[in-house]
Amino acid sequence: MHSKDHAPLTIDIEQREEMLVIRPSGEIDLASSPQLRAVLQSNLATGSDPVVIDLGGVPYMDSSGVATLVEALQTCRRIPRDLTLARLTDRVASIFKISKLDAVFTVTEDVA
Amino acid sequence: MNRPPHHQPDFILDIEARASLLCVIRQALSAWCQRAGLDTDRTDRICLAVDEAAANIIRHAYAGASGRIRLSAFEERDSEPPMLRFVLDDDGTQVDLKTIRARDLTDVRPGGLGVHLICEVMDEAAWEHRPEGGTRLTMRTLLTPLGNEPTQENVHHA
Repeated sequence: MHSKDHAPLTIDIEQREEMLVIRPSGEIDLASSPQLRAVLQSNLATGSDPVVIDLGGVPYMDSSGVATLVEALQTCRRIPRDLTLARLTDRVASIFKISKLDAVFTVTEDVA
Repeated sequence: MNRPPHHQPDFILDIEARASLLCVIRQALSAWCQRAGLDTDRTDRICLAVDEAAANIIRHAYAGASGRIRLSAFEERDSEPPMLRFVLDDDGTQVDLKTIRARDLTDVRPGGLGVHLICEVMDEAAWEHRPEGGTRLTMRTLLTPLGNEPTQENVHHA
């Protein structure tokens, strides 16, 4: 873990043509996951464009971050709208695998 | 250099139980694990387990109240097999130890993953009430993994 990993979480939102890209950057843990949850809740509940959460800038995530993404997935399934996780770092991919959630989400290597 | 006996920790961190300080716990523990010779993957997994344990203390034992978390780490290189031991003590509300268990992962829902992650990463995890108040979590893992997969059967309630 390097000092750059501990930068505050920032979240960019990009509305593309027929796709919403949400791009958190920074560590997602018990301190920062409420921030991500608030952004996801306010952006996922309306609209039907497919959503891509680009995790390429997330070097670390704990179970509170995973829980936030599970909640987002459930929201999208209710609407319904597609949710894809993109560009998982090795560390983040590892927690999804340990949690046996890697098969629950659609995961891609790149943002389309 | 003489190593301290097992009852004396190699590393102690006494820190306020606050979510914004979890990154400090991870960073300090990561440095200690790397100094102990662990590779990046093992270091990351141990930091994840300890982070989850500390987060549970903040959420459940203190539940918004102020308090301390004391993390001690031990190198048990003289034990057979050599182990690493991590102890987290808190002074918060004691929960029913029977309620601390990994949940069914086939039930896809937010929350409740922390204990599962701890048990997957560590070879042993045992929670006990401290006589002076609060709870102690003791986790042990092989210093050098043998390739065996830890199971949730390693969870013990004192």
